[in-house]
Amino acid sequence: MKHRLDARNLICPMPVIRTQDKIKTLETGDRLEVTCTDPGALNDIPAWCRINGHRIVQTRSQNHEIVITIEVGALGQ
Amino acid sequence: MTRQRKAVALISGGLDSMLAARLILGQDIHIEGINFYTGFCVEGHTHAIRNKDKSKPKRNNALWVAEQLGIRLHIVEVIDEYKDIVINPKHGYGANLNPCLDCKGFMVRKAVEWMRENDFDFIITGEVIGQRPKSQRRDTMPVVARESGADELLLRPLCAKLLPLTRAEKEGWVDREKLMGFSGRSRKPQMALAAQYGFKDYAQPAGGCCFLTDENYARKLADLWAGRGQRDYELDDIMLLKVGRHLRPRPHFKLIVGRDEGENNFLRGYTTRFTHFYAKSHLGPLVLLDGQADHSDVRLAAEITARFGKGRNADKVVISVHEQNGEERDLTVTPLAPERIPQEWYL
Repeated sequence: MKHRLDARNLICPMPVIRTQDKIKTLETGDRLEVTCTDPGALNDIPAWCRINGHRIVQTRSQNHEIVITIEVGALGQ
Repeated sequence: MTRQRKAVALISGGLDSMLAARLILGQDIHIEGINFYTGFCVEGHTHAIRNKDKSKPKRNNALWVAEQLGIRLHIVEVIDEYKDIVINPKHGYGANLNPCLDCKGFMVRKAVEWMRENDFDFIITGEVIGQRPKSQRRDTMPVVARESGADELLLRPLCAKLLPLTRAEKEGWVDREKLMGFSGRSRKPQMALAAQYGFKDYAQPAGGCCFLTDENYARKLADLWAGRGQRDYELDDIMLLKVGRHLRPRPHFKLIVGRDEGENNFLRGYTTRFTHFYAKSHLGPLVLLDGQADHSDVRLAAEITARFGKGRNADKVVISVHEQNGEERDLTVTPLAPERIPQEWYL
């Protein structure tokens, strides 16, 4: 399933925390599209995904917004 | 067959907690990291909002440490719970508004809760005897262990040999002989150990990991409390203290003036909640007004807004005023002369 998370106007690490908390409610294989405005999320969310076993599917920037799509891994949410 | 023991390591993003976790990783213990976000953490990226800071690395050091160690990291938001620590610290403040001893006890207590909920066996911190003047002294370290409820489940691998045995050592989960006996403010033993493990490029924050230890920041927080007549805050308040030039021209309101495009963009996210100003006739900052302001105050705020823009030397500057109630209007003002902005207005 595809899910969305609005993390705009939040400063890191809040987008990471919101992503982490959302992923706890999802199933392995689900996809989460996170929209952020803090450029720090470009580093932090992928780093958090790497150490927690989730996969970055796509990252794109549009109109000062960053959209990161994550596939939930099986390591344990 | 005995099960593998599990430890939760408090990971700040600094070298000490990294080394403490690394020492225990070498003893066949499963480790996961935990990092608490209080809202005052320097780890956030507010330092990189300004244009001049854009070239600085934007990594979160706690995540970076976890990745170097190959462990999971759980970032836990404790903003609301932490307020009581900041506002009513049982053990008082350090040099500024830093409640270091209460803070350490709070974080270890939260780690105890996490440890029990997740069926872990003990807690690791990177504390070193004598490293910090308040929270890391020989006489205050037992206070942290006792008041947090961790007691002998709290292992400090970097100075364990100088402390009484903890449960992890008594039970043989870890070999005490492989732990360290560091003490004092010198960083040399930690740097030598880091070199031994091949750690490079670790964070060395000059002002610690908390804005509350920063004199300028603490002054602005004290002013916020004085201006509102109560010691309280919301997350937005403490975020805004990190951004912009703050001036209090009158006791009942203050102004937050963006210093560059990066800060203006950040402040733009708050315009629905604050009366705000910007110049229409010239380039200039976005300015938020925090507090109550009558007509003369709004005019003064507009004159100050003009003062900090490209029209500072112009006879007239058109300022767009957006009231909190949604009303908009233009005010044509003369920029306030620098000599009419007393130094004591600057926070």
